Amino acid sequence: MTQSVSVSVLEIGRIARGRRRRLTLAVLVTLVAFLFALTLTVGQSVTPISDVVRVLLGERVEGASFLVGTLRLPRALLSLLAGLSFGLGGVVFQIMLRNPLASPDIIGITSGASAAAVFAIVVLSVSGPVVSVMAVVAGLAVALLVYVLAARNGVAGTRLVLVGIGIAAMLHSAIAFVLSTASAWNLQEAMRWMTGSVNGAQLADVAPSLLALILFGGLLFSQHRELDVLRLGDDTAAALGVNNARTRITVVLGAVGMIATATAVAGPIAFVSFLSGPIAARIVGNGGSLLIPSALVGAVLTLAGDYAGQFLLPGRYPVGVVTGALGAPYLLYLIVRVNRSGRSL
Amino acid sequence: MTVSDAPALSPAAKFRRAHAIRTFSLLGLSVVLAVLLVLSITVGAREVTWPDIVAGVTGHVDNIGQAAVAVRIPRTLLAVLAGGALALAGAVMQGVTRNPLSDPGILGVNAGAALAVVVGVAWFGMSSAEGYLWSGLLGAGGATLFVYRVGSLGAGGATPLKLTLAGAATSVACASLIIAVVLPRNDIAGGIQLWTIGGVGGATFGRIVPVLPVLAVGFAISLLSARKLNSLALGDDLAAGLGENVAQARIIASLGGVLLCGATTAMCGPIGFVGLVVPHICRLLIGVDYRWLLPFATLGGACLLVAGDILGRIVARPAEVQVSIVTALLGAPFFIWIVRRQRIREL
Repeated sequence: MTQSVSVSVLEIGRIARGRRRRLTLAVLVTLVAFLFALTLTVGQSVTPISDVVRVLLGERVEGASFLVGTLRLPRALLSLLAGLSFGLGGVVFQIMLRNPLASPDIIGITSGASAAAVFAIVVLSVSGPVVSVMAVVAGLAVALLVYVLAARNGVAGTRLVLVGIGIAAMLHSAIAFVLSTASAWNLQEAMRWMTGSVNGAQLADVAPSLLALILFGGLLFSQHRELDVLRLGDDTAAALGVNNARTRITVVLGAVGMIATATAVAGPIAFVSFLSGPIAARIVGNGGSLLIPSALVGAVLTLAGDYAGQFLLPGRYPVGVVTGALGAPYLLYLIVRVNRSGRSL
Repeated sequence: MTVSDAPALSPAAKFRRAHAIRTFSLLGLSVVLAVLLVLSITVGAREVTWPDIVAGVTGHVDNIGQAAVAVRIPRTLLAVLAGGALALAGAVMQGVTRNPLSDPGILGVNAGAALAVVVGVAWFGMSSAEGYLWSGLLGAGGATLFVYRVGSLGAGGATPLKLTLAGAATSVACASLIIAVVLPRNDIAGGIQLWTIGGVGGATFGRIVPVLPVLAVGFAISLLSARKLNSLALGDDLAAGLGENVAQARIIASLGGVLLCGATTAMCGPIGFVGLVVPHICRLLIGVDYRWLLPFATLGGACLLVAGDILGRIVARPAEVQVSIVTALLGAPFFIWIVRRQRIREL
């Protein structure tokens, strides 16, 4: 009797969580679609939706073809893809290391990809896929370096975060160094590699990001069950049959791959990786996997940040400045909240 | 932290030996600084002949070479002052917070000062050295209070992780705000952009002299707080038991550090890691007694920044690398080394 009651309570809880999850996902997808459409239609001037649709279908429309097809569409696509990549790549790091601070932008992985990209472009004068490959390799190298330097009788979360902050500071200087030795100090370019920007996006830039998102995203989703179990702790995960080492390597490869590819084009858009996971966790509650919600939150942050930076604020700012100004107070809030509750970070 | 492990020696012999090491190190450091000063005047992006160097130092500016040398003199002076001030401030902050990772750059103090200066320049049309100075001091003080308040909330007080994170977050926030303030202003963007990286190039006596009184006060307060820092190093309870007013000691010592950081940042922009690296190396050399450590750190900081500036002038000839980039590239590995070595308190 009691057993059947508790089963039905569980059942109700499961159904309720499932309903909440579907609702949240629907809201997030709608929000992303709305922001994407907004970026395409409303700028300095408003383009009628009908014209936008015709341009997207490949028709030539006087005026709108250039404005929407050449300027706004690549920008919107790049924001979308970079946001998805940063959001997804960030949350899997946070889940795997069970620490909201261990996101790729705080522990230096994004900076590593950015440094490699700026080195490839400014010093080696290469472009296209080579830049992405170099960024991915550098991102993986930094991940390995942080891990090795933080490992000492097991990797303590605190030490990993601090080592990562040190590495990030060094890479930031390296970026400033490369930029300052370049022939001319170009503020727009500097902004891209310092804080992230989707200014001047081109359709050709979008293809590698899309490819990387599909490829590495697939890799991450192949591990999503293991990631959910890893949240319970390494020992529990191992007891439940998760191959820790293989899961970790796959996850790091996937997350770094997609983040570095996005960084190679849009720069290290500040704090999107760091913010997306916790925001997604807050909206979804404990209703299952965070991967898709976090990716969508990342896209919302990037699209909204870019739009706000372009049109809602006095003056024009790259997206990274907007998300950076949002992320820093959140980081402080996290410190304050955790300190108040007396828990460890 | 152990002072020295030579148990065979009697206390008196130990004291004499420590004293000899310190005196010897102090002499050695002075010689190093003297050599670096000469190098800083003679070496640069442009190769200058010896007669021109002599002429430039004695005040002649008849050709480009002599002019280049004449420009290097205030620059060297600025590097000496800034390096000494930052290293001393770092040592004081490490003492006040009892945190091995404290540094004006890492704790966001320099970033706060930079933000205040940028706001002053962009919104209030400030351009005098005095304006830079006062806004820098205001920003440094505000950032120090803020970071320390946030970092010491909750259980466990101001742990290294909390302070470092609060400082990092404040730095990023300030950096974002600096960009937001500077970017729409094409009229000021170029110069201030270079300044926000942090370097000693382009120094003039006209911008250094007004800052000197404040720096002098900062140096005096900081150097005189050595005894207080020694008490604080024993822990708050023991320090209070020995008759030290703990809160007052912290406030006075911090004030010295803030004056040094604010004034330095006002002159040359935010420069990080000097205040981290130098005190740690000095501790390895001469031990933890702040009465010795503070003067040593001051001298060592001057050496490091002058050396870093020379390095920045020659690695990328004919371009120059700002000295803050050099110090960060050298200092960040050092930061990581400390993090690895230290048994970080559970946070």
